[in-house]
Amino acid sequence: MSTTVTTPIGGLDPAPKTPQNYLTNGHSIKSWLLTEDHKRIAMLYLISVSFFFLLGGISAGIVRYELTAPAGNVLESETYNKIFTAHGAIMVFLFLLVAIPAVFGNFLLPLMIGARDLAFPRLNLFSWYLYTAAGTLVLLSMVTGGVDAGWTFYTPYSSLYSNGNISLCLVGVFIGGFSSITTGVNFLVTTHKMRAPGMTWFRLPLFVWAHYATGIVMMLGTPVVAITLLCVVFERTFKLPIFSPELGGDPVLFQHMFWFYSHPAVYIMILPAFGVISELMTAFSRKRVFGYHMIAFSSLAIAFLGFLVWGHHMFVSSQSMYQGVAFSLITFLLAVPSAIKVFNWTATMWKGNVVLASPMIYAIGFQGLFLVGGLTGLFLACMGTDVHLTATYFIVAHFHYVMVGGTIMGFMGALHFWWPKMTGRMYSESIAKWNSLLVFIGFNLTFFPQFVMGWMGMPRRYHYYYFAPEYQPYHIMSTLGASALAVGFAVPFFYLVKSLFTGAKASDNPWNAHGLEWQTSSPPPTENFTYKVIVTDDVYDYDPVGEHEEDMEALRLAGGNA
Amino acid sequence: MFNFFNFPVNPPSASNFASEHDALFFTILALSIFFFVVTFFFVIYFALKYKKGSKADRSSPMYENARMEALWIFIPTVLGLAIFVWGVKVYGEMRTPPKDAKEIYVIGKQWMWHIQHPNGVRENNTLHVPVDTDIKLTMISQDVIHAFYIPAFRVQYMVVPGRYTQMWFRPTKVGKYHLFCNMYCGTQHSEMGGTVVVLGKREYAEWLAGNGQSRQNLTPEQAGEKLFTKIGCANCHGEKDLVPRAPTLVGLYGKTRSTNTGQYVADETYIRESILRPSEKIVKNYGQTMPAYEKQISEEDVMSLIAYIKGGAKGSLLSAGSFAASSPKLEAQVNGKVGLNANALEYNAESADATPTTRGSGPAVGALAAEKADKIR
Repeated sequence: MSTTVTTPIGGLDPAPKTPQNYLTNGHSIKSWLLTEDHKRIAMLYLISVSFFFLLGGISAGIVRYELTAPAGNVLESETYNKIFTAHGAIMVFLFLLVAIPAVFGNFLLPLMIGARDLAFPRLNLFSWYLYTAAGTLVLLSMVTGGVDAGWTFYTPYSSLYSNGNISLCLVGVFIGGFSSITTGVNFLVTTHKMRAPGMTWFRLPLFVWAHYATGIVMMLGTPVVAITLLCVVFERTFKLPIFSPELGGDPVLFQHMFWFYSHPAVYIMILPAFGVISELMTAFSRKRVFGYHMIAFSSLAIAFLGFLVWGHHMFVSSQSMYQGVAFSLITFLLAVPSAIKVFNWTATMWKGNVVLASPMIYAIGFQGLFLVGGLTGLFLACMGTDVHLTATYFIVAHFHYVMVGGTIMGFMGALHFWWPKMTGRMYSESIAKWNSLLVFIGFNLTFFPQFVMGWMGMPRRYHYYYFAPEYQPYHIMSTLGASALAVGFAVPFFYLVKSLFTGAKASDNPWNAHGLEWQTSSPPPTENFTYKVIVTDDVYDYDPVGEHEEDMEALRLAGGNA
Repeated sequence: MFNFFNFPVNPPSASNFASEHDALFFTILALSIFFFVVTFFFVIYFALKYKKGSKADRSSPMYENARMEALWIFIPTVLGLAIFVWGVKVYGEMRTPPKDAKEIYVIGKQWMWHIQHPNGVRENNTLHVPVDTDIKLTMISQDVIHAFYIPAFRVQYMVVPGRYTQMWFRPTKVGKYHLFCNMYCGTQHSEMGGTVVVLGKREYAEWLAGNGQSRQNLTPEQAGEKLFTKIGCANCHGEKDLVPRAPTLVGLYGKTRSTNTGQYVADETYIRESILRPSEKIVKNYGQTMPAYEKQISEEDVMSLIAYIKGGAKGSLLSAGSFAASSPKLEAQVNGKVGLNANALEYNAESADATPTTRGSGPAVGALAAEKADKIR
């Protein structure tokens, strides 16, 4: 299928008879911890983010269990507050912001553009160490005193009133920010400078476009939140008057500075998922993506407009009414590029040859959940309804639909799609398919009741609601759903790990997909390609109607039937 | 539609904003459901119709179509803008209280709401309001940021330390409704709240009279006047400007002041700052002679002083005001911070029942819960 010209490098060294792939090239611990190979660093990240996802998930489980009874089950309010903060802070700073870019972006970006590695391999390794240090500090702060300020750290509560171990946690997040910045810089420079000959900008896979846009946000946004959080640490430690009115500061200033980053940060979380979905929709429709240019530009538009909407978090926080109007307007405009993507993905399937393998089920699930997440965003962008809904469970449900329904569905889709490439092994496709349905159903059962609850006025971050027992049925539904979701996230761990030992060996291109990463071996060699890559074909250049397609080897190997 | 299960699905609607807010909400809901159903229908339909191996017509596929894309950019944009405009309208109404609204003061502190009615009645964690009357809340926090949220009224606004915020509503239905703090404020955040009681106009008048008599409270304006004399404001701020010592505060509220840092309208926040940190903005032609009252007087006292100044600062509410501008005791009184503290303390002790009474936690919770559940619908 490929028209990519492949020439053996130099011709000086004949290809070794048993080529080393990146996993077998060195077995010592040192060869992993000091590796400069983007693929090994991606695997290190995969292990770390999975660990933090587990911790964040456990704390979510405790929160959900506690909320089944209006007066709580086991916890004191203080402990409850620390646990919901742990859930938010771990999930946002140590999982969502990192998961897709640092694992799949790291692994795939150089492969997709035909590069040997990222532009700055040592910086890349350094970013993992920064991330690990950040995670260690955040966890340390949570076991030594705990943090009870919520992941948003609103002042002056976080700066003067909380007794938790906030400074340590903020220093951790600060360090984590640099990990994010270095990753962003690496992506930008790599995309600009390391594309293989013939890999023009409009031959870049949309995954790369999405990560390019993400890199911009990481690089420009993160320093602002880093400074902001450091200001909180200074006010806490040295009573430097910045945010607290009793010292002469302005508490709402914190919200401006925090959301200036943290709204774009939402796009750090969701843009890479958009990139994944673009890849999945086209690969499993066996058809070129619909409206390639629009999808690519919409990523950039989102990255740009994302910086201009932070005030929509503050419609009731005493910012000027006119300011609010401007923020609301831009927020509505920002909905348009997201809508374009959804419509274009849908049109991609039109007249395609759709294969409903497990990654594609995650992609379709993503479409449904992200639609709900995006549409409910309209209620919150609209000033009139935001007043009632803000800071209730409606918000909680909305951003979980975007973050879990969007980012985590994207993460799961990516994991299943590229697993054979990353590990060289196939997992059990039939279990994966049923499990993806379980995740979809469990997710909806968890978060849909929260919309109703929020509309009825249930505030977020409430430990007790014995004075409002009418919310209890919804909390119970939500907790039931969360239990199903927990199973849905635990099962893949087992079948994926099992596949490492007993899974069928994957071929180089098990999904019969288009793209440079599928043209090297599975798993790829340390140097990514054993030949010089020159790109001559267009992006997503699938055969027109797909009549000459071979079967997807992956499905045969995995015993699934599509 | 879920009432089949006997679950409540809607919050009670009990204010002037509820009906328009809900109309807007359900319009967006209808649009959202429409777009969701249409889009997700096509997702599923295409996935099944063009499933690999199916006999669907796949001739002349399309990969890019500017007209089609323009259409699905145009439609959401127009609908979005329509919602935006409607949302701004509703929000604008919520943010502009009528001029003659009845003003009630709210002070948020960890973890209780302290409320002062215009006639001096105070209450904690409960807000009594008369039906069909415009109510304006002027709110400030004594510590961290809180948010005053009444779901049944569809109103919410943050209560911020260091500045006054406002919100207004007109209750339309007699009953008891939830009052929540909706900005995370620490350990007992979930219990910082209580009940909004909407009474008939006559019942409200009776309630107000009853409470007023039993406690002999001063109105905030009267309390402010008493304080104005007690802590020595009246010594300098007389009926006339006293250049260069102090300008008069008679009729100050709402006027534009020229200060050394620019022009400001003398609203609540400006007056508050001038009391607590007078050196921030000094009115032209005057010197910096006033001491800072920050940490000397409570938020409640500041509110009383502001109420007095807003009322005109004319000094006729109690008995004859003592505008002894050139009293010999002046320096001693103004600078004697010990005396000042004592005064303030004494004042607090006699007037404020500010003992934090939260909803309680621990073992009593169950019983309390049952009781609360009965009380609130």
